[in-house]
Amino acid sequence: MLLKTENLGITFGGLKAVNEVDFEVERGTVAAIIGPNGAGKSTFFNLMSGFHKPTTGTVTLDGENLTNLPAHKTVRSGMARTFQTTNLFMEDTVLDNLIVGHRVRTKSNFFDAIFRTPRLRREEKESRERAMEALEFAGVDRLANRTVGSISQEAQKRVSIALALATDPKILLLDEPAAGVNNEETEGLATLIRKLVEHDYTVCLVEHKMSMVMGLADKIMVLHHGEKIAEGAPKEVASNEAVIEAYLGAGEEEDA
Amino acid sequence: MAALSKHWKKIALVVVFVISLFVPVFVQNDYFLGIIILGYVWAIATYGLNILLGYTGQLSLGHAGFFGIGAYTVGVLTVNYEFPFWPSLLLAAIASSVLGFLIGIFALRTRNEYFAIFTLGVGFVIYLVIERWEGLTGGALGLIGVPYPEGIGPIQFDGPESIYYLILGFLILTIYIAWSIANSLVGRSFMAIRNSEELAAATGINVGRAKQLAFAISTGIAGLAGGLYATYIGFLGPAIVNVPTTFEILLYLLVGGMGSLSGPLVGAFLVTTLFQFLQQFEAYRLVILGPIVVILIIFFPKGLAGLWAALETRIKAMRGKGEMSGDAGASEEPAKEEAK
Repeated sequence: MLLKTENLGITFGGLKAVNEVDFEVERGTVAAIIGPNGAGKSTFFNLMSGFHKPTTGTVTLDGENLTNLPAHKTVRSGMARTFQTTNLFMEDTVLDNLIVGHRVRTKSNFFDAIFRTPRLRREEKESRERAMEALEFAGVDRLANRTVGSISQEAQKRVSIALALATDPKILLLDEPAAGVNNEETEGLATLIRKLVEHDYTVCLVEHKMSMVMGLADKIMVLHHGEKIAEGAPKEVASNEAVIEAYLGAGEEEDA
Repeated sequence: MAALSKHWKKIALVVVFVISLFVPVFVQNDYFLGIIILGYVWAIATYGLNILLGYTGQLSLGHAGFFGIGAYTVGVLTVNYEFPFWPSLLLAAIASSVLGFLIGIFALRTRNEYFAIFTLGVGFVIYLVIERWEGLTGGALGLIGVPYPEGIGPIQFDGPESIYYLILGFLILTIYIAWSIANSLVGRSFMAIRNSEELAAATGINVGRAKQLAFAISTGIAGLAGGLYATYIGFLGPAIVNVPTTFEILLYLLVGGMGSLSGPLVGAFLVTTLFQFLQQFEAYRLVILGPIVVILIIFFPKGLAGLWAALETRIKAMRGKGEMSGDAGASEEPAKEEAK
């Protein structure tokens, strides 16, 4: 198991936003977390990536205990994440947004900057190269010198994934990677996620679009009111009574 | 085309540098030279604020306090203890930087407007301490007779001309520091925080520590400016440390352009000179300056540097229209190719 949570939970003022969730992601697979609005999916992501401190439980990545580590340290340990809204700096070029992504793997400090040390030069070059590689991987290298504000929503999603890649992660947590893009573009993003797995990355995503998740995920976990109500292969989950009731609503079906 | 404009910038830089070297030759009048020297001093202080506000996005309203720590470190050491100037100046920068670092531990736990108000309070406390601690700082009467720096080898600092070169040297050093930070991974981390603290943390940047560093650099530069101010003016009164000075520095930065390399120099220089030329209007100067600033902030939020950058892109876009539009059409495609 690459990623493992045990009893992971958080309480906000008496409300159990995430209630003692056990979850595992195997190396080189795609795991998806689904659930209705307010089910605690994003909170669960925030718990794993150190943006919230859990009230209960543990998070382990590749054997290393990440529980209670601040966000920037979980990145160092190999956990990269994206956000629902891309948060990129619109007025800067795509490449300039990306270079800082490799910062976590570099060491140069204020004095390196002032004295323009060889270490700084080498790390700048490395960061730039890593950024270009990540952009190439995500299929957006041709947009490197465009400002983020001038590229399409889908391209911005790809750039965010590239930014996560530039941190040299073991696992990518993607928070609704296909929110706000059309069906054709969603298919393109799904292809990118498959490509990630082919290249030995592990992906865990939160997604609303059932059609995307069904065709993509090796395993799905369903959260409802902060609790895990089902887990398994897409087919199993889709036919699970509790899931249909909670997530799809009675009588409403979606073709997978 | 791009290479040409790059060269053009370098040439302009050299021209500005050469002009700045010959300023004391052309400006024989000590009064006018003094205005320019003070413009440089405030420019240095503004560069300090720019690192925190312009690069890292944190609005500190305690900047004058740290300027004051630097000024009074030099003042107290040289006047009260007859300490030599140079080590005093070094201590001034270090003291304000260390104090900034320590205060940052607490101040940076707050965010946005809370951080601004917290630092405003810090600045005011520093002012009060300086004003009330008569035994050390001379209180409201101030310190009189801060000496010029001791000579270094054959160079003597005995009048406005030599002080002009001294402060020009420190201005260039400050600009170099600002440039090297902006063009490094350290500066990129700062700017990532300005853009989005959340995303910065998610890319592995230690947001707290980076802000702390930016704050210490910023206050250190403010202290350096204060020390230079002390030696040039020769007299220190607590008024210079008070809150209005912070807002003046902020004004220079807003006019010049936050986050840009030329902004602090342009803003500080232009506004201080303008202020001097409008001297005959006395308090009415603010009536004139106020609306100018309001207009500037509404229409050019990135200041004069931003205005210049916008003009430049527009000119570039007009000249390279043919190739640009072709390029733009092509670059929407790759994402879709991937999908098929």
